Amino acid sequence: MLKINNLHAGVEGNEILKGINLEVNAGEVHAIMGPNGSGKSTLASVIAGKEEFEVTEGNVEFDGENLEDSAPENRAHKGIFMSFQYPVEIPGVSVTNFMKTAINESRKARGLEDMPASQMLKLIREKAELLDIDRKFLSRSLNEGFSGGEKKRNEIFQMAMLEPKLAILDETDSGLDIDALRIVANGVNKLKSKDNAVIIITHYQRLLDYIVPDFVHVLHEGKIVKSGTKELAHELEAKGYDWIKNGAVV
Amino acid sequence: MDLKDKLVSSFLAFEGKVDIEHPVHDIRSEAIKNFENKGFPSKKSEAWKYTSLRGLQNIDFSIFPKEENALEYKEVKKFFLHEIDTYKIVFIDGIYSSFLSETTHDGVDICLMSAALTKPMYKPVIDVYFNKIASKDESLTTLNTAFSREGAYIYIPKNKMPKKPIEILHFSTGNETSLMLQPRNLIIAEENAELQVIERHQSLTSNEVLTNSVTEIFAAKNAIVDYYKVQNDSKAASLIDNTYINQKDKSVVKVHTFSFGGKLTRNNLNFFQNGEHIDSTMKGVTILSDKQHVDHHTLVHHIQPNCESHQDYKGIYGENSTGVFNGKIIVDKLAQKTNAFQQNNNILISDKATINSKPQLEIFADDVKCSHGCTIGQLDEEALFYLQSRGIPKKEARALLMYAFANNVLASVRIPELKSRINKLIALKLGVRLGFDL
Repeated sequence: MLKINNLHAGVEGNEILKGINLEVNAGEVHAIMGPNGSGKSTLASVIAGKEEFEVTEGNVEFDGENLEDSAPENRAHKGIFMSFQYPVEIPGVSVTNFMKTAINESRKARGLEDMPASQMLKLIREKAELLDIDRKFLSRSLNEGFSGGEKKRNEIFQMAMLEPKLAILDETDSGLDIDALRIVANGVNKLKSKDNAVIIITHYQRLLDYIVPDFVHVLHEGKIVKSGTKELAHELEAKGYDWIKNGAVV
Repeated sequence: MDLKDKLVSSFLAFEGKVDIEHPVHDIRSEAIKNFENKGFPSKKSEAWKYTSLRGLQNIDFSIFPKEENALEYKEVKKFFLHEIDTYKIVFIDGIYSSFLSETTHDGVDICLMSAALTKPMYKPVIDVYFNKIASKDESLTTLNTAFSREGAYIYIPKNKMPKKPIEILHFSTGNETSLMLQPRNLIIAEENAELQVIERHQSLTSNEVLTNSVTEIFAAKNAIVDYYKVQNDSKAASLIDNTYINQKDKSVVKVHTFSFGGKLTRNNLNFFQNGEHIDSTMKGVTILSDKQHVDHHTLVHHIQPNCESHQDYKGIYGENSTGVFNGKIIVDKLAQKTNAFQQNNNILISDKATINSKPQLEIFADDVKCSHGCTIGQLDEEALFYLQSRGIPKKEARALLMYAFANNVLASVRIPELKSRINKLIALKLGVRLGFDL
C-alpha cells in the first residue's frame, strides 16, 4: 500500500529525513518510535503532503502511484489520513459542517453526488457513538476550546468518518489521560481491517499496549536505525533512547 | 466647473422646487452656507487621510434627474429581500416609486420624507427631530441637509412594532451619464418601539453614481433598532453614508454593514448615548477585490454612565483593494462604568491590498472598561493544511477559513433570510459554493 523509497526531505535547506525506506501493507499496524527531533512528525507530514517540506531525493508511493506533486487534498482523496499532533482550532466552523464539507469534497473527487443529509446524520451519530462523543460537542466550533483529549478524540472521529486506507496517528497519545487513551485506542482497533493500515507515531510505548503493532521501527536522526516486532517497543521502554543514540545498534 | 461650484449654484434652482416658507428651509439655507465655506473634505484633514474624494469631484454629476424613470419589478426583484414580506420604500434615480413601494400608516408611519417635510400633520415631529442629531458643521452632512427633500420617513409610536421589516432601496437606472443622489432619512422609534431596517443602494448600469446619504435615527427609552446596510453596488457607484444615532435609556441599537461592492464607500457611523444602560453595537463584514475602497469611520460618544458599546469589524482584502477602519470612542467624565469594546480584524489575500486600521480612544472617566484590538494577517497556513489533509481542496479551504473568519459578525443578524442572503453574497464574492450556511 505505502512504499517509501530512500526518502530525503527537509525544510529550507535543512535535511531532516535522510534516506527513509519503509513498506506498509494492507492489514498491518506499524509503530514508528524515536526520540524528540528524530524526524517522526516530519515523516508524517511529508506523507500527508505538507508543502512546507521539500523532498530532495527518493519518493513516497501509495498504491503503486508516486505521490510527488500530489496536493494534500488529493492524497486525502486517495485514502491517506493524518491525525494531527496539534489539531488546529477553526472558530466559526462546527465539527458537523466541517465533516460534511470534507466528506462531500472527497465524494466529489470520486465523481459521486453529495451524501444525502439523512445518511450523513446517521453516519455522524454512529461514529460519534463509537468514540463516546456527545452530540453537543458536534455543534461546537472545530477544536476551539477543546481539551487536549477532546481534540485527539475528534481526530479519530474524523478518521472514522473518512474511513481512510492508511491512517497515520501522529503522537495521538500525547495529552491523553488513561480513559481517553482507551477510548481512542478502542476506536482505532474497531476501525482496523484487513484492507487498511495504521502507522502509529509515538515517543512512548504506552499506546502500543492498546493498539498492538505488527512492526516497530526506530527513527533516529532522520533514518530508521532498527526495525522489529512489538518486543522492540518494550526493549526501548526499558533501555531508553540512549541505547539507540549511543550507537549500540547499527 | 467643479462639483462644489456646481452644487452651490444648483441651490437656487433647488429652491424653486421646495417650499421656502417652511421652517426646514432655514435649516437648508444655513447648511448650504456651511458647505460653501468648507467645501469637500480633502486628504489634509485627519478624518479623510486615507480616502480621497478628488476623483469624484472631477465628474460632471447631474444634480437633479431630468425625468422620472420606471422599472419593472422583475428587473430588480433580486435586490429585494423577496423571500419574506417587507415594507418597501423605493426610489428610482432619487424619485419615489409608488409602484415598487409598500408603505403604511397603519399604527406606524412608514412613508416618505417629502411628505414629512411638507404636510402640516408631520410638522410637530419634524420640529423636534429633523437635523437634531446630524452634524451642523461636517461638510458632507451639511451638503445633504441643504438638498434634503426626499428619502425614508419612519415613525414608530410608543409600544409599537411594524409587522415586518422595512427595506429602503435606491436604484439608479443609468439614464444619466453620471448622477448624484442625496437621500435623507429620518427614523424615530419611540419608547418600547422596535423595528428592523434594511438599506441598499443599487446602480443598474456601469454609469457613475455618487450617493451622499444622511440618516438620523432616534431610539427612545427601551427602543430596539436593527439596521442592516447591504453595500454590494456596481463598480462605478460610490457611497458616502452619514448615519447619526441618538439613544435614550436602555435602548438597543445594532448596525450591521456588509460591504462587498462599489467603487468608493465611506461609512460615517455616529452613536450618541444620551441616557443610561444603553447598548450600541456596530458590526461589519467587508470583502473587497479589484480597486475597491471602503472606509469605516465609527464614533461612539459615551455621555452617560452604565452604557455599553460593541464594535466588531472584519475585513478581507484582495487584489488592489484598500480598506480603512477608524474607530473613535469618547468616554465623557460623567460616563462612569462604561464598557466599550472594539475589534477590527483583517486578512490581506493579495500583496497589493492595503488596510489602514486606527483606534482612537478618548477617555475622561476613570472607572471604565475599554478595549480595542486590531489584527492584520494572512490566512493561517497550518489551518489550510489541516483542511486540505481532510480532503477539502485548497480553494474551498481558503474560502471556508474566510467564511469562518466573518462568521461571528453574521451571528447577530436577526432576519434569517437576510443572513442566508449575506452568506450567499459572501460565497459569491469568494467565488465558491459551500454545502451549508454558517
